[in-house]
Amino acid sequence: MKQHSALVLAELSYTIPALGHGYAGQSLHVNVGSPEVSSRPVTEDMKDRFIGGRGFDLWLLWHAVSDTTRWDSQENEIVISSGPCGGTAQYPGSGKSIAATISPLTDIVVDSNAGGHFGPYLKFAGWDAIELQGIANHDVIVTIDAAAGAGGEGRVQILAAPTDCPVDTHLLGHWINDTFADSEQDRELMAFVTTGSGSMKTRMGCLNFSLYDRKRRDLRYKQAGRGGIGTVFRHKHIRAVVVRTPSFGADSNGPADPERIAQTGADMRREVTRWDPVQNRMRHRGTAYLVQIMDDYDLLPVMNFRYGAHPDTHLINGAVWEQAFTQNLPDGCWYGCTVACAHAVDNYRVQTGPYAGGCVIVDGPEYETVAGVGSNCGIFDPGAILEINFYCDTYGIDTISFGTSMAFAMECYEAGVLTKDHTGGIELTSGNAASALAVLHQMAQGTGFGLIFGQGIHRMKRYFVETFGADAAFLDDIGMEAKGLEYSEYVTKESLAQQGGYGLTNKGPQHDEAWLIFMDQVNNQLPTFRDKAEALHYFPMWRTWFGLSGFCKLPWNDVVDPKNALSSEPAKIPHHVENYVRVFNGVTGKEVTVDDLIRMSERVYNFQRVFNIRLGKGLREHDRVPYRSQGPVTPAEYTSRQERYDQQLREWLGLDPTALNIEEKLVAHRTHRTRQYELLTDAVYARRGWTADGVPTPETLASLGIDDPDVLAVVRQHL
Amino acid sequence: MSNQSSPTITVNRRESVEWTPGMTVSDLVRHMNYTFPRLVVSINSSVVPYDAYATTEIPEDADVRVIHLMAGG
Ligand code: SF4
Repeated sequence: MKQHSALVLAELSYTIPALGHGYAGQSLHVNVGSPEVSSRPVTEDMKDRFIGGRGFDLWLLWHAVSDTTRWDSQENEIVISSGPCGGTAQYPGSGKSIAATISPLTDIVVDSNAGGHFGPYLKFAGWDAIELQGIANHDVIVTIDAAAGAGGEGRVQILAAPTDCPVDTHLLGHWINDTFADSEQDRELMAFVTTGSGSMKTRMGCLNFSLYDRKRRDLRYKQAGRGGIGTVFRHKHIRAVVVRTPSFGADSNGPADPERIAQTGADMRREVTRWDPVQNRMRHRGTAYLVQIMDDYDLLPVMNFRYGAHPDTHLINGAVWEQAFTQNLPDGCWYGCTVACAHAVDNYRVQTGPYAGGCVIVDGPEYETVAGVGSNCGIFDPGAILEINFYCDTYGIDTISFGTSMAFAMECYEAGVLTKDHTGGIELTSGNAASALAVLHQMAQGTGFGLIFGQGIHRMKRYFVETFGADAAFLDDIGMEAKGLEYSEYVTKESLAQQGGYGLTNKGPQHDEAWLIFMDQVNNQLPTFRDKAEALHYFPMWRTWFGLSGFCKLPWNDVVDPKNALSSEPAKIPHHVENYVRVFNGVTGKEVTVDDLIRMSERVYNFQRVFNIRLGKGLREHDRVPYRSQGPVTPAEYTSRQERYDQQLREWLGLDPTALNIEEKLVAHRTHRTRQYELLTDAVYARRGWTADGVPTPETLASLGIDDPDVLAVVRQHL
Repeated sequence: MSNQSSPTITVNRRESVEWTPGMTVSDLVRHMNYTFPRLVVSINSSVVPYDAYATTEIPEDADVRVIHLMAGG
C-alpha cells in the first residue's frame, strides 16, 4: 500500500497473527477523537457466547456506551465484524460484514449487513472486528495496512483527510485506489468502507462496502443500508476506512477441517448451478426476480403500501433487469459465491444532478430498491430507478428508507397534508421521478425540503403535525415506520405473522429477521397463534445466525434442490441447515448441532433486546406497528380489494357487509385486526420467554448464559 | 370460483376450488396464478415430483397443498 504524505494523527504497528479456526484473536479499537489506536484481545468467552459478526458488534458496543449514549455521543461506536466463517471462499455466500451502532433513526442499536471484501480482508489483516469511536475535529481516513512490513508486520494509521479527497463514494473510491494502491495487486487486495455527502445532513446514511471487480477492473459497492450507520460515520468525520490484506488463499481462515468444508461447498455449488436457472435465476436477475412474483401475489408495495399490485409492474420486473444487467460476469460479492446475484448496469449515463453526463457503474438494483424507489413511489420507469439508485449509493443514502419515506411524502402531498409551499415548489405527486430526484439532491446539499425529508418518517410526522397542522392520527396510520425505522418493501396486510415479523423485532421493520408471508398468507401453514409464535421464534433466531457467523442468507433459501420437498420440514430447508453445521464445525473445530446454532442466535437476540431496553426502548409499546401494515386505512384501499375485505367481514366477524357503509367496514376491520396483533404479541412474547411487556425474564437470560449482573440489572427495572 | 353444486378440491386447507375431470397439478398452479418457481405440491399427503406436475391428475375432493418455499431478502 502506498504511503501518503497526509498528516498521521495516530499509529499502531502490530504483528499479523495467523488465523486459527476462523479467528484472529484480537479486535482493533480506533478512537478518531482522541486520536488513538489500540489492540484488544478477543477472549474465549466472547467466542463461546457471542460467536462473531453481530454478536461481537453488540458485545463490544455494550461495553463502550452508557445508558444515556445517543447516536451522536462521543462514545457511540460503529463496530464492524464478519464472523468465524467469513472469508471461507469454498462455501457460497461467506463474505458478509455486519455493522452495528446506536442509530440516529431509532435511538437503539441497529445492525446491518453488507457484502463486499472488507470483512474478510479485515480478518486476514489480523482483526476480528473494528470499533470506531470518538468524533474527529476534521475529516480523517483510517488505514489498516497488513502489507506494511516484510516480516508479517502491519500498521494502522489515522490520517488527516487531504483537501483533494472527495466525499461521494463513486469519486472517493477511485481516489482511494489512486492514492493508496501501488499496483493491480494492491487494488485487488484493498477494500474500504465509505459513505457520501447525503449521510451528513440526513439520518438515513448508509455505508458502502467496496469490492474490486477483477473482470471489470473497477470498483463495486454493496451497502449496509439500514438505520443510518453512514450518518454516524460522517458525524465522526470519517471519510473512509481502508484495509489492505496480505495475499490469501483457501486456508487463510485457518479452518480446522478444510476437507469437510471443501466437500460441503462443492455439493452446494453443484446444487446452485443445477437449479438456479430453472428457479429464481438469481445468477441472471439478482433479487429483482421477486418484483413480478410479489406483484402476482398482491404483496408488492404500490403507492405507499396502499396496494399490492400494479398493471405497470412488467415495466420494472426481473426480465427488464436481466436485459439491463451486464451478463456472464461472475457477480459474486465475495469469492466463491456461485449464486452470484450482485449484478450491475455498466456504462450508465447519469441524467441529473452534479454528475450529469458522467458514465458510471450502477450496482443493482436489488428487489428492495426497485420496490422501494419504484413501485412504492408509483415510479415504473427503469431509467429513473437506476438514476435514484446511483445517487442514493454515491450520496450514501439507504434506498429503502429513501423509497419508503418518499412514498409517505407523496401520499401526504396527494392528501393535501403537504403543498408546494411546504416543498418549496416541488410537485411531489406519486410517480413523479423528477421530483423524487430533486429531493434527493437537496438531501445531499442539506437544503430545502430535502433537509426535512432526510430526518425520516418518524420525525417528518412530528414536524408536519407541529408545523403544518397535519392530522397526527392519519400520519401515524400511513407513515410506514416502526421504532423510527422505515419499513422494507413487502405488503403485510393479509399476513398477521409478517406484521409480527416486522413489528416484534429488535432493530425495526426489516425483513431479515423473518419473512413469513408465504408460510402464513399463501400456504396457510400457520393457522393458530401458537403456530405463528413458533415461526416468530424459530425464523428470527435462525436468520440471526447468518449474521453471527459471516454468511449471506440468500444461498440458504433462494435456490433449493427440489428433493427438499420430501424432507420433514421443507420450509427450514434442512439439508442446507446441515451444510451450515458442517461448515461451522469445519471452520471452528467445534462439534455443534442444529439446535446449538439456534441457541447461539437466541443468546445474541435476547442480549440485543436487553440492550434496547437499556437505551429506553425494547418494550411492548415500542413493538406497535402503523395501521397501514395491518389493514386498509382509506376507503380507496378498501374499495380496491372490496371482495376480499367484505368476505373477511362475513368469515371473521359474522357481519353482513351489505348492511354497513364503508366507514363502518373500515372500523370493523381495524378493531379486529389490531386486536389480532395484540394477541399475536402475547403469544410471541410467551414463546420467547419474555414478560407481557416484552422483557426477557431472568430465567430466560440464565438459561441462555447471559445472566451477567449488568444485563440482569437492566431487566430487573422492568419486572 | 367456488360453487356449492360443483365438485371441488381444497387448496391449502382453506380455498375451495372447482374441480374438473383430468385437472392436473399444472392446471391448478396456472389457475391459482401461482407464479413462484419453487413450489412443493402434495395431493392427499403424497408429494408430487417437480417434473410430474403436467402429468399428475388431481382426484375429486382432494386435499391439495401448494407450499411456497420462503424467499425474500
Ligand atoms: S448470494 Fe448474492 S448477496 Fe449473497 S454472497 Fe452471494 S453474491 Fe453476495
